[in-house]
Amino acid sequence: MRAIFWKEMADHFGRRRFLLLFGLVVMGTLWGVLVDTGRLVRGGDGFFFLDLFTTNTGIPISLLTFISLFGPVIGIALGFDSINSERTQGTLARVLSQPVYRDAVFNGKFLAGLLTLTIVVLSMGISVVGLGMFRVGIAPSGEEMVRLIGFGLVTIAYLAFWLALAMTASVLLRNAVTSALISMGLWIGLSFFVTLGAAVLADQLVPVVSNTEEALRHFNIVTWASRLSPGALYTEAVSILLDPIGGRVLTLLAIAPERLEGLLATPVSAGQSLQLVWPHIVALVAAAGALAGVSYTKFMREEIRA
Amino acid sequence: MSTELLVETHGLVKEYGNFVAVDGVDLRLSEGEVYGFLGPNGSGKSTTILMMLGLTEPTEGTVRVCGHDPTRDPIAVKRQVGYLPENLGFYGDLTGRQNLQYTAELNNLERTAARARITDLLDTVELGGAADQPVAQYSRGMRQRLGLADVLLKEPRLVILDDPTLGLDPTGIEWLLSMIEELSSQRNIAVFLSSHQLHEVQRVCHRVGIMSHGRIVLEGTVSELTSQSRGAGFSTALEVRGGRGLRDALAAIEGVTSCEQTGSRLSVESDRDVRAAAAAVVIEHGGELVELRSENRTLEDIYLRYFQQD
Repeated sequence: MRAIFWKEMADHFGRRRFLLLFGLVVMGTLWGVLVDTGRLVRGGDGFFFLDLFTTNTGIPISLLTFISLFGPVIGIALGFDSINSERTQGTLARVLSQPVYRDAVFNGKFLAGLLTLTIVVLSMGISVVGLGMFRVGIAPSGEEMVRLIGFGLVTIAYLAFWLALAMTASVLLRNAVTSALISMGLWIGLSFFVTLGAAVLADQLVPVVSNTEEALRHFNIVTWASRLSPGALYTEAVSILLDPIGGRVLTLLAIAPERLEGLLATPVSAGQSLQLVWPHIVALVAAAGALAGVSYTKFMREEIRA
Repeated sequence: MSTELLVETHGLVKEYGNFVAVDGVDLRLSEGEVYGFLGPNGSGKSTTILMMLGLTEPTEGTVRVCGHDPTRDPIAVKRQVGYLPENLGFYGDLTGRQNLQYTAELNNLERTAARARITDLLDTVELGGAADQPVAQYSRGMRQRLGLADVLLKEPRLVILDDPTLGLDPTGIEWLLSMIEELSSQRNIAVFLSSHQLHEVQRVCHRVGIMSHGRIVLEGTVSELTSQSRGAGFSTALEVRGGRGLRDALAAIEGVTSCEQTGSRLSVESDRDVRAAAAAVVIEHGGELVELRSENRTLEDIYLRYFQQD
């Protein structure tokens, strides 16, 4: 498997497609340059480095929104043609007639994709934080570091889900173009229409919102239905992690809705937040695992005709 | 040379839904042997090969290749068997050498030893000069030669070539066939050669099997098959101008069993080759011999007969 892994890594970094990834990293880094740091420091909540990711002060959308919308493109770009292009090229039959297990081919490709997107996420995160440090002159606190690392992990899990989805498409569909289109379609469908549908569904089920109870029901329906969308799941998890004060509302909603009254603007601890997003991470990883399972069963027993 | 069986199949069947692609194939191949696996397109040759490599599962029957079951233990089989697929693919952006290096890594060959071996093999297949060009620039013949190097890299005991002459020019085919002869005679590598070009491969094969509709319809050495197809006798056709009493004169030649005449055409059945005698008889009786032809069915005719069923 090691040979396949390194071959794929070399491919990811050598191909023109890497320019896309690189472009995304550069664009992400721009946030670190463009954000109105002065205003952030003055009017902020004391979590400057977290605000760097969540705020849209001085820029149209926050870095977080940018990642949740365009991050999937990275996963899809790395995976959509991984198996089927080898099939059309005729290299799959040749590789599989060497003494390697079939799952080694799949795993090697998946791990190479995972490492590549980890590198992309890390370099983007490090350059944004680094630029922030450079411009403001303060270092992130321990609490912020914990939250940022958590944010990185959730982001990687989110992109890994899209990588798994694209690779599944590449196993099931013989044509790389079809596979790319289907993956993109699912990306748009899951990112936009599920959220839209969730709102519609909530409006249908709770048409009148006149008291807190109904408002809460409406809110719960929207939240649960939009959790079908990995993008919504990701945004929710990340807002809890990166917004210790606003995220507290969500925390309280989840554990004790009645205590919402008399809310003080004090942050929750990083540990609490991490505990709260644990199910989100598990859900993303499980969804990726389920997709990989589908590809496995298809790929392992399939006939490989040259 | 030991006579261990490298390939052994019993009643191999592969069904795709209702379609039976391979219908009870029994094959045997010993060490160092060149086996010509012939048949028209779609007769089940490639499917049989896929089953021998564990690239698809047999519906029924058993396969053993180099003493292992390719469905259960594909790795053990693939360690010893080199396979050149029908539509051979390489990574076009890598050079010939890099493609072979990747194969070497997949085979867990030791790096420096592999490097020397790759250079050797590239010279053997006459690609030494193009070794560091990207494969995308290779011609069909060069790819095929690179494929052969790729197959030989793991030092196999058995090489399976699926339609290797496809798309090659006559010199390419000639080169490939002499390579195959060399593999078998000098390196003691068994070769399983699938093709639909009988006359091309006939001369290098120790044994051939002819596939038709998923079954082996004829199997044996080339000379066995030729004598089998000849049956009991010879038949000779003549076309003659003029001459008298030719029919009776021809019938009187020693060995002739029957002689029929239709207009200027005569056909003679005999138990030996009577062509020279027949020609002499025609001249003797004042006839002009326009054409004399042996109508014995060659292996090719038999092969064509199975082809034409499709």
